[in-house]
Amino acid sequence: MRLNRRSFAPVLLLLGMGVSSAASAVDITGAGATFPYPVYAKWAEAYKAKTGSGMNYQSIGSGGGIKQIKAKTVDFGASDAPLKLEELEKEGLVQFPAVMGGVVPVVNIAGIKPGGMRLTGKVLADIYLGKIKKWSDPAITEINQGLKLPDADITVVNRSDGSGTTFIFTNYLSKISTEWKDKVGSATSVSWPAPTGAGGKGNEGVASFVQRLKNSIGYVEYAYAKQNKLTFTLLRNREGQFVAPDDKSFQAAAAGADWKNAPGFYEILTDEPGKASWPITGATFILMHKNQANAEKAKEVLKFFDWAYQDGDKLALALDYVPMPDAVVKLVQVEWKNKIKDASGKPVW
Amino acid sequence: MLRGIPQTLLKRQQLYDLAFRSVTRMFAFLVLALLLGILISLLIGSWPAIQAFGPGFLASHEWNPVTEKFGALVPIFGTVATSFIALSIGIPVSFGIAVFLTELSPLWMRRPIGTAIELLAAIPSIIYGMWGLFVFAPVFADYVQPWMIDYLGPIWFIGPLFKGAPQGIGMLTAGLILAIMVIPFIASVMRDVFEVVPAMLKESAYAVGATTWEVVWNVVLPYTKIGVVGGILLGLGRALGETMAVTFVIGNAHRLGTSLFAPGNSIASALANEFTEAVGGLYTSALIELGLILFLITFVVLALSKILLYQLAKREGTLT
Repeated sequence: MRLNRRSFAPVLLLLGMGVSSAASAVDITGAGATFPYPVYAKWAEAYKAKTGSGMNYQSIGSGGGIKQIKAKTVDFGASDAPLKLEELEKEGLVQFPAVMGGVVPVVNIAGIKPGGMRLTGKVLADIYLGKIKKWSDPAITEINQGLKLPDADITVVNRSDGSGTTFIFTNYLSKISTEWKDKVGSATSVSWPAPTGAGGKGNEGVASFVQRLKNSIGYVEYAYAKQNKLTFTLLRNREGQFVAPDDKSFQAAAAGADWKNAPGFYEILTDEPGKASWPITGATFILMHKNQANAEKAKEVLKFFDWAYQDGDKLALALDYVPMPDAVVKLVQVEWKNKIKDASGKPVW
Repeated sequence: MLRGIPQTLLKRQQLYDLAFRSVTRMFAFLVLALLLGILISLLIGSWPAIQAFGPGFLASHEWNPVTEKFGALVPIFGTVATSFIALSIGIPVSFGIAVFLTELSPLWMRRPIGTAIELLAAIPSIIYGMWGLFVFAPVFADYVQPWMIDYLGPIWFIGPLFKGAPQGIGMLTAGLILAIMVIPFIASVMRDVFEVVPAMLKESAYAVGATTWEVVWNVVLPYTKIGVVGGILLGLGRALGETMAVTFVIGNAHRLGTSLFAPGNSIASALANEFTEAVGGLYTSALIELGLILFLITFVVLALSKILLYQLAKREGTLT
């Protein structure tokens, strides 16, 4: 590895020199969501090596990303939670999904192995509402026959920092449970109703609380659960199937979604139809202005994401993100053509 | 003799003096301007929340980003309570360290211990947070908390403070970690001011038969009280504003409870947790108002201590 790097260094240096002298190179900047930052950074690196155009992404959080794009200080903004159509129209923005991930419930119960326990959305909502208090509750044992569950209190762990992960998770619970929808709702951070429980900062905070507190349950991003071999559970999807979280079940959820009838791509991939669909999937979104004063830059942003859709799949999968299905990419590019215009009203893409 | 100095040189030196005075004055005013600027931008930023919630913001324990209902009671309580725990442990320990180092320890021991304390102050706070979460909290939960629940829990009045599940994280853990973090600040300031007490004063007291404790309590402490209060304030300032270490161990729950074992929240950690992903004007504004409140708390504490010192000085004046 070290040898490789050393022998490549002069080559890279030459490449870099060639790049900086190339007149066509336009650097673009984006800011926003922290969740997709690793894959955006990886894409930017690979894209720069290939085309010479740099992409500078600052992971300042979704809220910051939305603010920055509204203020036009960046070429694109990024947000984990999609903006509603009315807000997009009001601000003159276009929105499209870039890459997907999933949220996975993780537990710490003696004797339970990863994937060894089954949960339903209703049970999950009731646990987080504080209505199901013990692991031996009939609602849980009913779907886990043959599993020895302790007669112990459940400790609920949530994300303490505002995050897209919480948004997707609470969005799913709101779709499943009307009580959750009325009492709590869905947002990047919510007022947690369970009378006990703690909040951890970031995926690593939640994971460390779950691993420490016996008989606890939490939720983390799929990539994090997989890389740290946490005890994830199976979930029952809309078709009544118990599925395990992996890239296939996330893609199934994205494929099952009705993107065509989601104006402004306002589509949160929770509780989607499809036998293989993982029920808590979500995409992360890119925001751009419809009317571009600097068409060249806008084109560069679109070229970057076009490249990411076509050639970025492997890089995304390596980091346990899930690429958008090709059918969705086609719809996104139609949207680009229709909505993003330069100063004279000509389509940029 | 003056005739020997050329007029031009005098002029030039006057100019230097003037320049020096203006530059230093500018630096001093810069601090004032910064302070004012921060206060004004906090006020502007929090104005929507102040208008929406009024003074009720201080008394409400609700914190619901979905319905956009916000109240600061839980974080204010958490900030004050954890700082109180930190100081009530930190002050006596620091006092002991300073007395030992200046009065009792053998000479060869002073430097290594003093250096160790100063090094403790140089550790970044995130290290304290991670150490607290991964090392201290498990040990605390497995060995200390069960004991506290068994023996302190049944005691009248203070019992409810030590109830609940031993999770290892919570208000008490945050207070203890903060105590460890403020000790180096308070102890090193105390040691420095104790060292400047004139030897003649102390030796006179010893000569009339005072014990070490009597010398420290009746001679050293009165002589250095301004410095000691300053050191305590430095520690309090760190405890009130500490963000990362507290965020790791306090449990981050917007809940008000009597138990010190329960997860809570502090102003600084609420800001660190929620600011980046806060979407919507009122939410951001409520967070900025939290920042403004922290600013005011610090200001009030500072003002109170100044008044305290002033009162002490006045009483001495009338006594003699």
